[in-house]
Amino acid sequence: MSEYVIRFLVGGVVVSAFAMLGDVLRPKSFAGLFGAAPSVALATLAIAIYQHGTDYAAVQSQAMMAGALALAIYSVVVCQLLVRARLRALPATLLSLVVWLVVAVGLLKLAGGAT
Amino acid sequence: MTSVRISPSSLREGRWYEYVVRFALGGGATVFAGLVSSHFGASVGGLFLALPAIFCASATLIETHEIRRKRKAGLAGERRGQEAAALDAVGAALGALGLLAFAIVFALTVKASISGAFIGASLAWLAVSVAAWYVRRKTRWARRRAGTAERVGGSALPRSH
Repeated sequence: MSEYVIRFLVGGVVVSAFAMLGDVLRPKSFAGLFGAAPSVALATLAIAIYQHGTDYAAVQSQAMMAGALALAIYSVVVCQLLVRARLRALPATLLSLVVWLVVAVGLLKLAGGAT
Repeated sequence: MTSVRISPSSLREGRWYEYVVRFALGGGATVFAGLVSSHFGASVGGLFLALPAIFCASATLIETHEIRRKRKAGLAGERRGQEAAALDAVGAALGALGLLAFAIVFALTVKASISGAFIGASLAWLAVSVAAWYVRRKTRWARRRAGTAERVGGSALPRSH
């Protein structure tokens, strides 16, 4: 239980720090880089190394490559939904999560990762 | 070409509950990644280190702030809000390339040095993201200049009829 409390606090602090950094930077497209900052990764990988060792964290970071490529495609889809379909930000970002999940799992399967 | 700058006044636009939501989402995403890893293994859990949960919140907040700003000026602001969120999405797409670089460097170096892996991967994220943003910016600027020159040159040409 305490492990998940620590995860929650560490994740919350790291994500908030990157988000605030993104808030104060201009232009907006540059600030957007911080929307894909490795905030969750930093917190999770640090805890993974502490609990399971470097081999476990290495496997997680290999799978993260598929997640990152899926995130790039996800962001392009969100952009198109906002500009062309004129959806609002919340439905556009939530609907596109399906795209992220399908691409991420598909890439992991292609790479021969355990699913 | 607009240069990168810091605008601390942007922090005043945020409401206290927006920071609480982001903290909760960040904590929630980290807990979720841990739960997925423990139930389905490190490989599947690793995917969720690049989960766009935080992006959903930040894009929505950017849209809300833009609409609020336009409404204060007596305008509707919905379209500007969508455009601002779309710009944030473009940045996130470029940042995702940096995230890919982070994962590659981390996977290659973590067994040799833990602190080196964290530092090297973070620097790789920053370098690739900023480079991708800069290249896109330069390309767009050059294309826009070429378009303007073409239009000016085209109008200066005498018509054949």
